[in-house]
Amino acid sequence: MNPGETIFDIGKPGRRASAQAPAAGDAPDLPASCLRANAPRLPEVSELQAVRHYTNLSARNFSIDNQFYPLGSCTMKYNPRGAHRAASLPGFLNRHPLAPESASQGFLACLYDLQETLKHVTGMAAVSLTPMAGAQGEFAGVAMIRAWHDARGDDGREEILVPTAAHGTNPATAVMCGYRVREVAVGADGDMDMAALKAALGEKTAGIMLTNPSTCGVFERRIREIADAVHAAGGLLYYDGANLNAILGNVRPGDMGFDVAHLNLHKTFATPHGGGGPGAGPVGVGERLVPHIPTPVVARDGDRYRWVDNDQIPGSIGRLSAFMGNAGILLRALAYARMLGREGMRRVGEYATLNANYLMVRLADAGFELAYPERRASHEFIITFRNEAKTLGVTAMDFAKRLLDYGFHAPTTYFPLLVAECFLIEPTETETKEELDAFVDAMVRIRAEAETDPERVKTAPHTLPVSRLDDVKAARELDLTYSFGEH
Amino acid sequence: MLTSIGAPSIDALFDEIEPALKTSHFDGIDEGVDEMTMIQEMAERARRDEAGPCFTGAGCYDHHIPAAVWDIAARGEFMTAYTPYQAEASQGTLQLIYEYQTMITGLTAMDVSNASVYDGGSALGEAVLMAVRANRAHPSNKTGGPRRIAVAGACHPHYVDATTNITRNQGIELVPTGTTDGRVDLDALTGMTGDRMPVAVIVQQPNFLGLIEPVDEIADWASANGVLVIAVVNPTSLALLRPPGEWGANGADIACGDGQPLGIPMASGGPSFGFLCTRSSLVRQLPGRLVGRTVDRHDQPGFTLTLQAREQHIRRGKARSNICTNQGLLVTAATIYLAIVGATGLSRVASRCHERTRKLVGTLTGVNGVRSHFAGPYFHEHVIDVGQPADRVADAVAELGIVGGLPLGRYFPDLRNCLLVCATEKRTDADIARFGDALQQVLNG
Amino acid sequence: MNDVSSDMRPDIPDDYRYAPSHEWARVEDDQVTVGISDFAQQSLGDVVYVELPQVGDEVNAGAEACVVESVKAAADVYAPVSGTVVAVNEALEEAPEMVNQDPYGDGWFFKVEPTDLEEMDDLLDADGYEQHCESEADED
Ligand SMILES: Cc1ncc(COP(=O)(O)O)c(C=O)c1O
Repeated sequence: MNPGETIFDIGKPGRRASAQAPAAGDAPDLPASCLRANAPRLPEVSELQAVRHYTNLSARNFSIDNQFYPLGSCTMKYNPRGAHRAASLPGFLNRHPLAPESASQGFLACLYDLQETLKHVTGMAAVSLTPMAGAQGEFAGVAMIRAWHDARGDDGREEILVPTAAHGTNPATAVMCGYRVREVAVGADGDMDMAALKAALGEKTAGIMLTNPSTCGVFERRIREIADAVHAAGGLLYYDGANLNAILGNVRPGDMGFDVAHLNLHKTFATPHGGGGPGAGPVGVGERLVPHIPTPVVARDGDRYRWVDNDQIPGSIGRLSAFMGNAGILLRALAYARMLGREGMRRVGEYATLNANYLMVRLADAGFELAYPERRASHEFIITFRNEAKTLGVTAMDFAKRLLDYGFHAPTTYFPLLVAECFLIEPTETETKEELDAFVDAMVRIRAEAETDPERVKTAPHTLPVSRLDDVKAARELDLTYSFGEH
Repeated sequence: MLTSIGAPSIDALFDEIEPALKTSHFDGIDEGVDEMTMIQEMAERARRDEAGPCFTGAGCYDHHIPAAVWDIAARGEFMTAYTPYQAEASQGTLQLIYEYQTMITGLTAMDVSNASVYDGGSALGEAVLMAVRANRAHPSNKTGGPRRIAVAGACHPHYVDATTNITRNQGIELVPTGTTDGRVDLDALTGMTGDRMPVAVIVQQPNFLGLIEPVDEIADWASANGVLVIAVVNPTSLALLRPPGEWGANGADIACGDGQPLGIPMASGGPSFGFLCTRSSLVRQLPGRLVGRTVDRHDQPGFTLTLQAREQHIRRGKARSNICTNQGLLVTAATIYLAIVGATGLSRVASRCHERTRKLVGTLTGVNGVRSHFAGPYFHEHVIDVGQPADRVADAVAELGIVGGLPLGRYFPDLRNCLLVCATEKRTDADIARFGDALQQVLNG
Repeated sequence: MNDVSSDMRPDIPDDYRYAPSHEWARVEDDQVTVGISDFAQQSLGDVVYVELPQVGDEVNAGAEACVVESVKAAADVYAPVSGTVVAVNEALEEAPEMVNQDPYGDGWFFKVEPTDLEEMDDLLDADGYEQHCESEADED
């Protein structure tokens, strides 16, 4: 395909695919005033043209199926195809969301089992599966914290604390729930600064949002002390489960003292990322928040399963989607959990941690600077290019772009914001030692290039369908839709 | 590997975690099983839910999906890629989203679209938050009073619930205007003057009850009074019905809805995707990702995420939304669907759904004791009154293998004898006859 | 892409006053014109958008008045003095790059009718601001 050639460029007026529906045969029985005057501008291509165009486009992506994809905080692991197959069984795909319970017992049984499984995984008292991604799980969690304070008439609490290293969804969520955000500093060892925490806690504190292992790639060692301090101040603790992969089968958020946790099923439990989504962000809650869980949830009476809605949970924060969240993702998670079993889950956390520590040590030995050299890696770790940036003028972004030329997707760059020129690297449990070694080799070669031929690195990538893109032009001269007739 | 690390065991890698926190085992989680056994177990459950023809819509529709759609969308290169933050390694996904933005704005006749939000219900929530940000001139911004959003006519009750729950903590209040004959009560809406003037008005077209709302009157009233118009639309219907960008003299300000009808299986309601479109002047208020076309260092065209400063990873607490992961793969499927069916194909689907539903209503109202509840034109859903509590009728029809519409009593007590029914292009004459016979048997023995 | 080198010494003209949050202010005919400093535009990189206040908005010294965006960052702009916005630089809508090219001239943001001109005295002069910038640069 020609660079930038869109589906609209290859159409011809009147051309059609054979897979279309048959014609209706009569004129619509609708008043002329509500009818559309001009047909929408949609592609006019043959079926083969469409198939070829999108197949060719797909080849312009990096993906787990093609490349090592060590994006920190994203858990880009291989997700067994069996889980996808299970969720795609016809009985599941063709089920209408509002089908009567009598015709939904199979689906409801699956949801019930997943609720139970995730209760064990999180160490929580109840689970609601409806949130449609991590961020919506966060929303549900903080909205429940709010509902709990409100129900007690404790309405002076206006602040949610988040560490400076937190993912952007955390502060954004707190604001959506009507709270002010108060940032708490992270210490030089990657753990929370306890003095800063204690100074921030008080009668305004509604709660705190934490990721553990944190987005600094280390386990927050004083977590129980933190939990006690927050509870003593009258606040609740929210657990961002994006990093659960590191401790799956080993440590549970409920045991750490959290009151509510969300899980990113699209990270830990078998849904590939789909070029942006979908995901699912079920929430588990401790006893205190059970009266507030989002609906619907599934209950079992003997061998029958049924929906539980707001009429039975009057304190619920209510529904957050039109139907049952991303139901299909929930089925994938159940299938995956079933294949892993308890031993398999434990292995996930262990191998993710092993791979991360191995890669961290190898990169450190090769001379890359670790952000937290005294610490164990969790399932991910941070290296910083601040020296390379200063002495060679080659930044983390340059390293990232050059890695693409070597056939590796770049790690997460410039996150967390508090480490300058950083890579957050998460190899996941599904990669082999050979792959990790090859990545180290590529990193070493790129640094050698940065010393001898920095321009080569600064202008990378050189072998991809496009070279570095002008994102300033993209923002200043917005072109968000194809202009018919101008190309 | 442990030798390289210098650790005696894998357990040692967890030595920073205090021992008391470690769970020695998960009681209650079973041993794992192999893939074959897992699929067999899941298949046994899936089989229990296999049902006959589906006549329920209410936001989720049983359309034909051309075979090529998921063959291509499920390619690993689309399915196992991350969000396209590294643009050079994600041109496939990025260009596809740009094409999607073009198609969905074409369908809705709006200027710009984001790359998706979760579903139709949460899309409406985001639309409301957006309208509140965008309507800076509204007096409630000065007085600090509640920001009222009018719900004109019959909007999907689940959408209204989700939206209420998503926006409640920001001092936003949804105010239903009530209906007459299943449509907006225009006098009640236009009576919202002075202090009660809403920030925005929500209109669903066709509405939840399948009927056609007077969208031009609503849009013109709104624009004359500084009220923003939020349209909730079904994408299939837009092949036939006037798109939100052309409502009234100025068009709607925000258009949203659920993309499920565009090549996505019902799958218990998710994953599908929410679409969200607006005017160019409000583009910076849009939540979620946007793809722009630009050039690379060699002046070749290429695509990249743009206006990211609106989003949580940059703007954090001041972001337009907390959304991060969206519904990318479903957008991929919808884009391929729209490319394959084109405008002609989509209008065939729409016309045929419309024709099938009229046939269905004719058949069902031929059953003794059944009548059409609301007069007036409808697109592909309609309310029928079965003369007795409809939830029991729906269950009885389900026993006969038919997913026979949504009982409405739960949402509207005065419609407890009513079913909301739908027939898509997939419903054959034989399916319709079977539903008619089943209803006859249930009602009249 | 025309990244501005961060090694370039920022221009800090003497006849402006500065806030520690990197806005400048200058009195002309009893009105105060506000923009962001050369140091600020360098650290932001290519400016792609300025979300201006509206004429008639009340602003308070030290409180957010508008937002300036580059591709990778968004920064709040704080009003250096309190008052009423009487003019905004609409040309920035079409040409946000003026903030990079001419931060003290065509790249101005808005003008305020101040409630208390003496608030100008609370701002830094050029020397004080230069020291402030150096101490911030050392922190990295
Ligand atoms: C630490 C952390 N928290 C929250 C999220 C948000 O999850 P989602 O993208 O599913 O909304 C992410 C995802 O990228 C994350 O890495």
